[in-house]
Amino acid sequence: MNFPEDLKYTRDHEWARVKGNRVTVGITDFAQDQLGDVVYVELPDVGDTVKKGEAFGVVESTKAVSDLFAPVSGKVVEVNDPLTDAPETVNEDPYEEGWMIVVEVANPAEQSDLLDAASYEKFVEEEQE
Amino acid sequence: MPKRTPLYDVHVRSGARMVEFAGWDMPVQYEGLLAEHEAVRTRAGLFDVSHMGEVVFRGPKALEALNRAFTNDLGRVADGQAQYGCLCRDNGGIVDDVVVYRRSAEDLLVCVNAGNRQKDFDWLRDHSGGADVRNESDEWVQLALQGPRAAAILERLAKADLAALKTFRFVDGDVAGIRCTIARTGYTGESGFELFCRPDQGERLWGALLEAGKADGLTPAGLGARDTLRLEMAYRLYGSDMDDTTTPLEAGLAWVVKLDKPDFVGRDAILRQKAGGLPRKLVGFVLTDAGIARHGYDVTRDGQKVGTVTSGTKSPSLRTSIGLAYVPPALAAEGSTFAIDIRGRPAAARVVETPFYKRT
Repeated sequence: MNFPEDLKYTRDHEWARVKGNRVTVGITDFAQDQLGDVVYVELPDVGDTVKKGEAFGVVESTKAVSDLFAPVSGKVVEVNDPLTDAPETVNEDPYEEGWMIVVEVANPAEQSDLLDAASYEKFVEEEQE
Repeated sequence: MPKRTPLYDVHVRSGARMVEFAGWDMPVQYEGLLAEHEAVRTRAGLFDVSHMGEVVFRGPKALEALNRAFTNDLGRVADGQAQYGCLCRDNGGIVDDVVVYRRSAEDLLVCVNAGNRQKDFDWLRDHSGGADVRNESDEWVQLALQGPRAAAILERLAKADLAALKTFRFVDGDVAGIRCTIARTGYTGESGFELFCRPDQGERLWGALLEAGKADGLTPAGLGARDTLRLEMAYRLYGSDMDDTTTPLEAGLAWVVKLDKPDFVGRDAILRQKAGGLPRKLVGFVLTDAGIARHGYDVTRDGQKVGTVTSGTKSPSLRTSIGLAYVPPALAAEGSTFAIDIRGRPAAARVVETPFYKRT
C-alpha cells in the first residue's frame, strides 16, 4: 500500500495535493483497492462549487457505489474527463493519472484537519482491524 | 458469525477478499473481478460454491412427492439428468429456484440457494409426501469449473466419458482419484461442470483442478465474477430478482412451470394469475444514458415510479450498463423505454432481448 508523503488525506480515503490555492483531489490507493475494479466515475463540471465534507461525485466498482467527499471547499477549475472513458485509471494510478478534480480553495485554513501520510496510514491500519 | 465452507482456509491463503454473502464468509474476488470474469469467458474459472445446499428425497415415493412440490416436470427427465425449476407456495410465491438431480426415481438431490438452506428443507419436509427427506447441505463440497477450456482441463483428471455428458446430465466418476458427482451444469453461460464431493476431499479436488488447468489459464474466481457472469445471461438470482412475493410468471420463468403435469403446489394460483393477467414482469434492460443501475433503484415514467431494478451492473463483456427490473406489462416489450432513477437523476433505459451476452 502506497501513501505518498507530499499529500494530505481525509478519513473518507480521499487525497489532496495542495499547490498554492489549487488543490488536486483523488482517492487513495487503499480506497481503490477496497473498491475493486472501478467501472464508472461521475464528476462535477468545471465551475461547480464543492463543499468540504460533502459529496462531489461518485465512484462505482462492479459491485459497489461510493460517494466522493470533498477535502476542501471551493470552485472546481479542472476535471479529469478521460476518467469517464477509462475509469480503470483510478485503480492503475490513483495518485497521478487517476486524479479527479482540481479545486480553487476559498479558505486555506480548512486544510488544517487533513491527515498527513503517517497519520492516514495509521488510520487505515486501525480501520482494518 | 458467518458460516465457512471447507475451503475457507484455502481462499484466505490464496489472498482472496472475503465478504459475507447469505450468511457465509465467501471469496468475492482473488486477483480482481474483471480479470476473473474474462478468464471464465475466454479460458476457465474455478468457483467454490459449497455454500449452496443439498436436500435429498429418497424412497419409493420420492419422485412423485418431489414432483408435487416442484413446478417443472421430473417425470420428463431420465435418471442421470438434472432439471431447473421452482418451489412455490400455495399462492404461487417462489420459495426458491433449484436444480434437481434425478439419480433415480427413488433418489433425487435438490440443490438449493445458500440463504434458503433451512427454509427449503423445512418447506420440503412439510411436503415430503411419504418420501425420506434429508438435509445433506453440510455433507457436500461443490466446485464449479466453468469456461471454454473446462472440458479439456477436466478430461485430464476424470475417469468418466465427458464427451457423452450433455448439458444438464450428470454422472458419478473419479476426478484426480476423488469420488465425485460430475454435472454439466453451471451459472455462467459458459460450457462447464459442477463437481460434488465429500467435504474432506474438497481441498484436494480444488488443488488438483487448479494444477491441471494451469497451462490453460485456469484461475480461481469469486462470487463477484459469478454475479456479473450470471447477470450477462439474465439468470435470476434468488433474493434479488425474485422472492416469496414474486411468482414464476412475473419472474419470466414460465418455461419451468409445467401446467399440464399432475397437480403441484402453487398450480392453482399460477393458473389464476395466467388467466387474470400479470401485475408486473421482470425484463432485461440496457441504460442508454451514463451510469449504473443497482438493486432497489426506482424505474420511472414521467417522473412517477412504475417499477424496481432488481439487479444491475456494468457488463464486463459488453461494456454496457445492464440490469433486470420489474415493470408493468405495458412496458415489458422489447424496445420499451423508461428511466432509472440514479440517485435523483433519471437515466434512460431500453428493454432488450436476453441473454444480454451471446456466446460466439
